[in-house]
Amino acid sequence: MNNPLLKITNLELGFNTFQGEHKILHGLNIHIKAGERVALVGESGSGKSVTARIILGMFDELTSANFSGDILFNEQRLDLMTKAQKHSLRGKEISMIFQDPTSSLNPTFKIGQQFYEVLRTANPKIKKQAANKIAIDWLHKVAITDADRVLNSYAFQLSGGMNQRVMIAMALVNKPSLLLADEPGTALDVTVQAQTLNLMRELVTQENTAVLFISHNLGVVREFADRVYIIYKGRIVEQGKTHDIFDNPQHPYTQALMAAVPRITGGGIPEIDDTSERYYDPIFIHKGGEEIGDPV
Amino acid sequence: MNSVVKMLLKRIGTSLVVLIGVSMLIFTIARVIPGDPARIALGPNASIEQIDKLRERLHLNDNIITQYGYFIKDLSNGNLGISLYTNRPVTTDIAQFLPATLELVIFAGFFMVAFGIPLGIIAAKYKDKWQDHSVRILALLTVSAPSFVWAVILMLLFAFFLPLFPVAGRIDDQLLLPDNITGFLTVDALIDGNFTVFVNAIWHILLPAFALSLSGIGQAARLTRANMVETYKKPYIEMAQAFGFSAKRIATKYAFKPSLIPSLTIIGLDFAAMLGNAFLVEAVFAWPGLSRYGVQVILRKDLNAIVGTVLVISAMFLVVNIIVDLLITYINPRIRLAKGQ
Repeated sequence: MNNPLLKITNLELGFNTFQGEHKILHGLNIHIKAGERVALVGESGSGKSVTARIILGMFDELTSANFSGDILFNEQRLDLMTKAQKHSLRGKEISMIFQDPTSSLNPTFKIGQQFYEVLRTANPKIKKQAANKIAIDWLHKVAITDADRVLNSYAFQLSGGMNQRVMIAMALVNKPSLLLADEPGTALDVTVQAQTLNLMRELVTQENTAVLFISHNLGVVREFADRVYIIYKGRIVEQGKTHDIFDNPQHPYTQALMAAVPRITGGGIPEIDDTSERYYDPIFIHKGGEEIGDPV
Repeated sequence: MNSVVKMLLKRIGTSLVVLIGVSMLIFTIARVIPGDPARIALGPNASIEQIDKLRERLHLNDNIITQYGYFIKDLSNGNLGISLYTNRPVTTDIAQFLPATLELVIFAGFFMVAFGIPLGIIAAKYKDKWQDHSVRILALLTVSAPSFVWAVILMLLFAFFLPLFPVAGRIDDQLLLPDNITGFLTVDALIDGNFTVFVNAIWHILLPAFALSLSGIGQAARLTRANMVETYKKPYIEMAQAFGFSAKRIATKYAFKPSLIPSLTIIGLDFAAMLGNAFLVEAVFAWPGLSRYGVQVILRKDLNAIVGTVLVISAMFLVVNIIVDLLITYINPRIRLAKGQ
C-alpha cells in the first residue's frame, strides 16, 4: 500500500484552565491518501475543527494548549517543524475553506487584491497583471462568468454562493495537495451549498487534491466522501468506507447520529439520548478502513 | 451631484447650525459670569463717567438679545469687535495667534499618529508579550499625567539638564522672521527659501508639540491595539493566516485597515481637543498661540475676544471632524459604496 499523504497518530490536545488541564482530543488516528476525500463527522464540540487547525499549526502561539502525537505530512513531521516551515506550507501545500465565506473575506479589500495576496504566498514575485489573469482563469473554473466584476468587488457586494466559489478558487489556485474543508457552506442555504460542493468535488478530483472534510451534515458527507471517521468527544468511534458506515453503522454513537437526521417523510424530530455510557464503547473499524500499517 | 460633494455640503450646513448654537451659548456665558468688563478694562482709577461711556460703547446697557443682534450684525461684516485687552480688532489678534497654535497642534497630531498607531500595531501583534506590556505601561503613563506635567518634565530633561532644545518661544530672537504669508513659521520659511529659519522653527516646535501629543499617543496606541485585537479574532484574519499571508502583511495591512476605521473617529476628536488643551503647554513654553491668548482674555473678561476665540476654536473642531469623516468614507468601502448608490 502506498504511503499516506497525511497520517495523524495518537493526537492529544488539552487546554490548561484554572481547573487544571481540560482534554479535548484523546488520541486521534487519522490518515488520508493522496487524492482521497475523507470526512470527519461529529457534533459541535467534538474536536473536528480543532483537528484541522492543529494540522495548519494555528494553535502554536497559544501557550495554554498542550499537544502530543505525530503528524506526518508528505513524509515530513509537521509537529516537529518550525513556525516558518509550517507557515511556508500554508496556502500552498495545505489550504483551508471555512464555514462562512462572506465573513472569511476581508471587507476592506477587493476580492482581486486578496486573490493577489494568495498567489503571492506561492510566488512572491508575481506581478499584479499575471495574478489577475490566473484569478480570472480560476474564477471561470468555479463557474463565475463575470470574473472581472467579481475581482473588482468587495465580499459584501457578492452573494454567499459567489463568495463560496471565490473561496474555493482561492483555496485551490496554488494547487495544494491537501484541502481542509471546515464545514464548508454551512452558512449558505441548501441549494447553494449543494452547487458549490459539487463544484468543489469536481475540482479536487481534477487536481487530485486530498480533502479532509469536516462536517456534521450526514447527507453531504455521504455524497462527498470516500471514507468517514465518526468522532465523539475527542475520540474516533467508528471508521470505514462511506457506504459501509451508512449502510451498516455499528457503533452506538454512529447509530444515534444517523437516527438524529429528521426524515422528510415526517414522524417528528427524532428523540435520541444526549449522552450515553454506550457512546464511549471502543472504536469499530470496518473492513478496508483500517489505518495503513496497522495489523489487519 | 457627486455623493462626496453632497455629503460635504450637508456636513458644512450642520456645522454652521452648530456654530450659531455655540455663539449664542458662549455669548450668554461670557455676559453672565460676574464682574464688569468695562471696570476691569479701565482699571481701578477710572471715573464713573469713563466707565459709563465704555459700557455704552459696548452696548452693555441693552438687554442681551439686542446685544446679540449687534454681534451678529458686526459678524456678518467679518467684524468681531475690538479686544479690550490688546486694543486691536479681535480678528487681527486671532490672525496673529491662531497660526502658532495650529502649527503646534498639527505637529502634535502628526506625532500622535506617527507614534501612537505603530505602537498599537506592535502591541496587538505581540499581544500579552513584553512588547504589549511595555506599550501598555507607556500609554498609561502618558494618559494619566496631564500634558503640562509632561511639558515641564520634558523641558527640564531636554532643555535644562540636557540643553538639546530651546526652552521657550517659536524662534530665536536674533533671527529675522520670514514674510508672514501663512503664519506657519515653518511653511513661511520654506516659501522664503530661508533654511536656517526653517530648521530653527522645527527645533523650537519639537518639544512643545511632543509634550502636547503624549497623551494622544497613549490613547491612539491603546485604541489601535484594542481594535486590532478585535480584528484578529475575525474569520477573515484566520483565513489570511490559514492561507499563509505573512504575519507582517497581516499586521500592517489586512488587520490594520479594518481596525483603523473605528480608531479614526476618536483620533480625530483627540486631535481637535488638542486645540483646547494646548493652552497649558503654550503657557509652559511661552508659545505665542491662540490658546494662551484665550486664557488671558477670559481672565480679563474681554467679551469680544472671548466669543471670537471660542468661535474660531469651535470652527476648527468642526473642520477637523469633517476631514475625519471624509477620511473614513474614503477608507471604508461599505460607507463609500452605500453613498454612491
